[in-house]
Amino acid sequence: MMMNNRQPASLFSVAGLALASCLMLPSANAAAADEQYAKAARNYDTYCVQCHGINRNGRGINSRDMSVQPRDHSDAKGMGSIPDEEIFQVIKEGGLSVNKSVLMPAWGNVMSDEEIRELAAYLRHVCNCGSSK
Amino acid sequence: MNRYLLAALGLGFAAGPALAADGNGAGLLQSQCISCHAITKPESTSLDRLWERKGPDLYYAGSKFNKPWLEKWLQNPVRIRPAGEFYTRHLKAGDKEDVVDESSLTPHPKLSQADAEAAAAALMALVGPADLVSKGAFKGEKVSMAMGGMFFGKLRGCGACHMAKPGFGGSSGAELYTAGERLQGDYIYSYIKNPQRFDPRIWMPTLNLAEPDLQRLTGYILQLSATEAK
Ligand code: HEC
Ligand code: HEC
Ligand code: HEC
Repeated sequence: MMMNNRQPASLFSVAGLALASCLMLPSANAAAADEQYAKAARNYDTYCVQCHGINRNGRGINSRDMSVQPRDHSDAKGMGSIPDEEIFQVIKEGGLSVNKSVLMPAWGNVMSDEEIRELAAYLRHVCNCGSSK
Repeated sequence: MNRYLLAALGLGFAAGPALAADGNGAGLLQSQCISCHAITKPESTSLDRLWERKGPDLYYAGSKFNKPWLEKWLQNPVRIRPAGEFYTRHLKAGDKEDVVDESSLTPHPKLSQADAEAAAAALMALVGPADLVSKGAFKGEKVSMAMGGMFFGKLRGCGACHMAKPGFGGSSGAELYTAGERLQGDYIYSYIKNPQRFDPRIWMPTLNLAEPDLQRLTGYILQLSATEAK
């Protein structure tokens, strides 16, 4: 269910969205994207924001005293270098399962595989990057 | 909200005998607390409920808290969750990282000594489902603080979300430096073994801890407040 990796950035940026709706340009795509990711965004706001930040930039409230900093999910280059399967795996099984820090916990007991897949797709939307691998 | 209210009222009748001895406290919970706290097991465990509720669940309070702590805290409530409940609603972007939006947090209602004692007694009668907290699970062995601290921080990553001392650690989970005074050992053990049994949607994940980890971390957390008090 990986989707919409290659949409132009402006369509998805908040400013672009607001502008598109103000001018009443055909904003169906943006609105649909918004709706499509609404559930994943809410899961992100519930579970990921604590470390990865309200702006998805890795500067969550918990990051202050963490010895390994959370990944910046808005960084197209860094996120683009992580394969899709690894993103799914790290969310479900945690950092240790992909040789990363234990500070990235496993969410397999909280979210279903489908929710994790939606979240992984949402991360591609946030970084506006596809997998380079 | 109405559903919880009805459910809560339902308990008042259903659990009549258990609470009768403390009519005062039970009435107090009904009139002053259920607008923010569930005192019966909620029917819904959806994410929506987590976002809508205004305070932590208290329907298993009797299996969770130490009564003396309740009596004390209800008279003089101090912050337990550094970012309030629900943390994600109380954040704003800071210069470096996200910070707590203090203006969005309100002080907890304060009770008189008599009301606090009555409320604490009524809360201790709310033991919750029998299988929620495993009685006798924590063996009570002493733990080396150095070893416990290493597991809490580096090895198991608890410090990312919790503070083991004031001012250092994560803010999305409850502070744990007063947990020994506040919480029962068996509750700590059961909670960290599987937080989703308490709430399938809570934002502490199941960390798949082995038995020695559970014993060690529970012991460490209980000993924390003793060391902090100094
Ligand atoms: C307790 C803090 C914490 C929470 C909560 C958390 N993360 Fe992380 N996450 C981290 C840290 C730390 C890293 C960096 C790990 C490393 O580089 O070794 C990370 C890295 C990642 C990565 C990059 C993995 C890689 O292979 O480089 C992804 C993707 C990710 N997190 C997604 C999520 C999602 C989605 C959520 C919410 C379901 C989440 N994280 C919740 C701390 C956290
Ligand atoms: C306006 C909403 C509100 C009302 C009314 C309210 N509480 Fe609370 N209560 C909260 C919040 C929010 C917290 C979390 C505070 C914290 O973590 O610092 C809390 C925490 C608690 C805790 C600690 C719970 C835990 O898991 O750590 C207890 C016990 C408690 N309240 C009892 C009561 C009692 C008894 C009443 C009625 C006299 C009451 N509360 C009324 C919002 C409320
Ligand atoms: C991703 C963040 C996160 C991590 C990592 C985490 N916790 Fe938690 N913890 C929470 C949250 C959230 C709660 C429930 C908060 C609430 O009820 O408001 C919680 C609750 C608890 C409680 C019960 C506290 C209370 O007052 O009810 C204990 C004890 C606890 N955690 C210990 C641990 C231990 C030990 C570890 C490491 C093995 C750990 N936690 C890792 C977020 C986390």
